[in-house]
Amino acid sequence: MSGPHAAQAAPPGVTAPPSVPSSRLLMTLGLGGAFAGLLLATVYEKTLPAIQKHADERIAGAVNEVLGHPGRVETLYLIGDRLSRTPPTGVALREVTKAYVGFDDQDARTGVAVEAAEPGFADEVRLMVGFDPATRTLTGYAVLGQKETPGLGDKIEKDAKFLARFKGKVAPVKGVKTSSTDPGTVETITGATISSRAVIQIINRAVEQWQPRLLTFDKEGG
Amino acid sequence: MTATTPPVPTDEPLVPGAPPPGPLWLDVWSGIARNNPVLVQMLGLCPAMAVSNSLPNGLAMGLATTFVLLCSSFLVSSLRRYIPSEVRLASYILIIATFVTVADLVLAAGFPEISKELGPFVPLIVVNCMILGRAEAFAGKVRPGRALADAFGMGVGFTLAISTISTVRELLGSGSLLGFDVFGPRFEPWVFMVMPPGGFLTLGVMFLVMGWHIERTAKRAKEKTA
Repeated sequence: MSGPHAAQAAPPGVTAPPSVPSSRLLMTLGLGGAFAGLLLATVYEKTLPAIQKHADERIAGAVNEVLGHPGRVETLYLIGDRLSRTPPTGVALREVTKAYVGFDDQDARTGVAVEAAEPGFADEVRLMVGFDPATRTLTGYAVLGQKETPGLGDKIEKDAKFLARFKGKVAPVKGVKTSSTDPGTVETITGATISSRAVIQIINRAVEQWQPRLLTFDKEGG
Repeated sequence: MTATTPPVPTDEPLVPGAPPPGPLWLDVWSGIARNNPVLVQMLGLCPAMAVSNSLPNGLAMGLATTFVLLCSSFLVSSLRRYIPSEVRLASYILIIATFVTVADLVLAAGFPEISKELGPFVPLIVVNCMILGRAEAFAGKVRPGRALADAFGMGVGFTLAISTISTVRELLGSGSLLGFDVFGPRFEPWVFMVMPPGGFLTLGVMFLVMGWHIERTAKRAKEKTA
């Protein structure tokens, strides 16, 4: 700022009188804010359907994956602590906690998928957990969202071998450091102990939390 | 503050601190090479490190930043006579934040996979000092045409820099490029390259090369004149 016009700036110590009335400053920012708000509202409206579609597709894909591509999926809605086939009224469906029940072609239940989340190593890990409510046998899990360390912790999403290890295990499972055929233990990922443990804990808690609800629903002939 | 100063600057040289006039291509080229935001000005280093672990992420970040830079520079330049200098920084941030939110929403709607990978780093473009820096140092003082040229150059310069870092890190850290396997299954990825140390190391080497290049060109120019 040492150009020929630098001398125009007020010398230090001398406060130049405000050349612009405050009302104009307020108006500039107010108008700008209004325009920005208008633009953002428009873009939000236009992009919302696509964003929600992607979110729904991600959920549907995860359900399909953990239940082994069932022939039919039924959605149950959690109202209070009870499951219902009919969605609650007066609430946005997106806000309702759901369980997805998979049926094979003979209409036999293959498993139930539920969403569950807990802190991992970096940020919250969100999973879709699939299991059989009667036997607590896991059918698998899929990652809905995670920000674990690339190359290490993100193996909970990208290492197909780790994901496959959960199939057929019975919750609650325990993490071990050696390969295991025991249905109660799962081998954790080397270098990603905390992320692996987070996955195990999310699965265990999800089964613990959801099994009673689903069994009650079964008993009441839902 | 003489009375002869016109209340509204009618031409560029009257704005204090305005960049010297020059051809448009020079404004573009300056951002790509001589004033590269990452390698020379050392601005926007946070995204250049944080999302440069794979080439798709780096490219997406570069393009999103370029989009915000172009839009905000154009608007800042067009409105420069209507924004009182007392509230100019607030106005610039308002403009930048608006376009960043637009970019974030469009990315989420059109490219969900990339949007998921970039996560919180897209909203953080707002605080990329490169964008506010260009608004304050350049766009707010020149015609919209020059502002656009400068924004384009800076955007391309940033995209090139972050893509180069991303290429190195993805190749060594994952053994792939744009997701395609390059070195085959026998390659053991250098996992630390996709983690923060790899980012610092790659950026450091690039600074070294750029510094060496600048020094050498300066020396040659000196020898020529001598």
